[in-house]
Amino acid sequence: MTNENNIKNALLSAQNISVTLGNRLILNDVSISVGAGDLKVLIGPSGAGKSTFLQCINQLIPTDSGSIYLEGERINMANNASLCHLRQNVGMIFQDFNLFDHLTAVENISLALRKVRNLSKEDANDRARKELNRVGLANRAGLYPAQLSGGQKQRVAIARALAMDPKVLLLDEPTSALDPELVGEVLAVINDLAAHGMPMIMATHQMDFVRSLATEVLFMESGSIIEQDKPHVLLASTSKSRTLDFCSKLNNLRQVAEHSPEITCTANSNT
Amino acid sequence: MDFFDITFLTQEVIPHLNDGILDSLALIIPAILIGGSFGILMGIVRVFAKKPLKIIADGFVAVIRGVPLTIQLMILYFGLPYIRIYLSPYTAALLAFIFCTGAYQSEYIRGALLSIKQGQIKAGQALGMTKSQIIWSIIVPQAIRRAIPGCGNEIIYLIKYSSLAYIVTHIELTGEAKIIASRTFRPTEVYLVAGCYYLFLITIATWLLSKLEQKLSIPGFSKANS
Repeated sequence: MTNENNIKNALLSAQNISVTLGNRLILNDVSISVGAGDLKVLIGPSGAGKSTFLQCINQLIPTDSGSIYLEGERINMANNASLCHLRQNVGMIFQDFNLFDHLTAVENISLALRKVRNLSKEDANDRARKELNRVGLANRAGLYPAQLSGGQKQRVAIARALAMDPKVLLLDEPTSALDPELVGEVLAVINDLAAHGMPMIMATHQMDFVRSLATEVLFMESGSIIEQDKPHVLLASTSKSRTLDFCSKLNNLRQVAEHSPEITCTANSNT
Repeated sequence: MDFFDITFLTQEVIPHLNDGILDSLALIIPAILIGGSFGILMGIVRVFAKKPLKIIADGFVAVIRGVPLTIQLMILYFGLPYIRIYLSPYTAALLAFIFCTGAYQSEYIRGALLSIKQGQIKAGQALGMTKSQIIWSIIVPQAIRRAIPGCGNEIIYLIKYSSLAYIVTHIELTGEAKIIASRTFRPTEVYLVAGCYYLFLITIATWLLSKLEQKLSIPGFSKANS
């Protein structure tokens, strides 16, 4: 009963999703729902299935079983029009940006506005420039992806997703392909979205961000959600959660890097 | 009789070869344009179309690539009349060249289409674009840029194998050269000049192709700019 209410009240809900690849179970009966103002965070070791789960939510990866509901309506996954409708309403940000390499920043944003929303070229470009302005890149409109830094690419990707007026945003480790000094500019944009109440599901290991903004943390391991609660509960210093254990390892790593100059030096010379 | 007698060249060889080069161009230019478009379409079908269509296209390419062009020309011009299809020498040659260049071009295009990263497709899907919108607005424009060097190579081959048209009695550059050579018994000079004509055509084609490549170049797609 509560489950049904969850689905009805949620903007977007993925229920009992399972995926197998060959003989391997990649996702084992996982569910998530987002409502207005929610920022749900997926945490877990690599290979846990976070990325697969996110891509199942907008059906970039087909599921073996389970269902997706957009505003309470069940999506017919065998119907292409229905899938396009789902994807138009659910924006996605990828770890490695996936900007269209042959288009400028502004064209990257206006393409889907023209093709999917059927806007005229001028209207689409106007809207694209507004979105670029919003992520602080108005002066980079005419540059190609190869001419942008990683942080700028990710901000263009966010602008591209926002231009479609998504009801929910999925973010797949949006800062993990970035140099440390570029993470801040992307997180600032995401912070701003969260402040405006954009519902989001995000895979990330930026724990400060998670602590301050997440409404719920889901810890994944081997294709299952094994812990799920508010961040202050899971990350309380007295908690014996797997999440805290995992995050303290992340923190230890960072401290080691900060306190031993040799490691920092090698890290810098590599970049 | 001097070797490389200027009057022989200017009075006999050059006027005839000038006629011949026009006949060659009348074959080469449509073959590049029609064959090229055909190749792009075939490449797309071979990568993205559903099974039955894909099998037909793959089979067509296998046959065209597997049979010598000379034999294809013979079949089109000397063979088809047996089933009451009569082609003029020009049509037979043009058709053979379109099929041949289309089949080879489709292979370059196919390779380029397959080289486009999966992430580009996923990004298009995530924005709600349909499969055909993704193919035509995202994949093909990128693939064509990657395929230009290979496709240019095929165009240069085409210019040279157009010289086979004379075997179905379409008299173009090579045909004219053969006629003068056998009439005057001075093959060395005639074929040397004809060779220079082909070299000239290919130099122009190479220059045009590099202009095209520059015009379509985008930062991140070629070494020079990235």
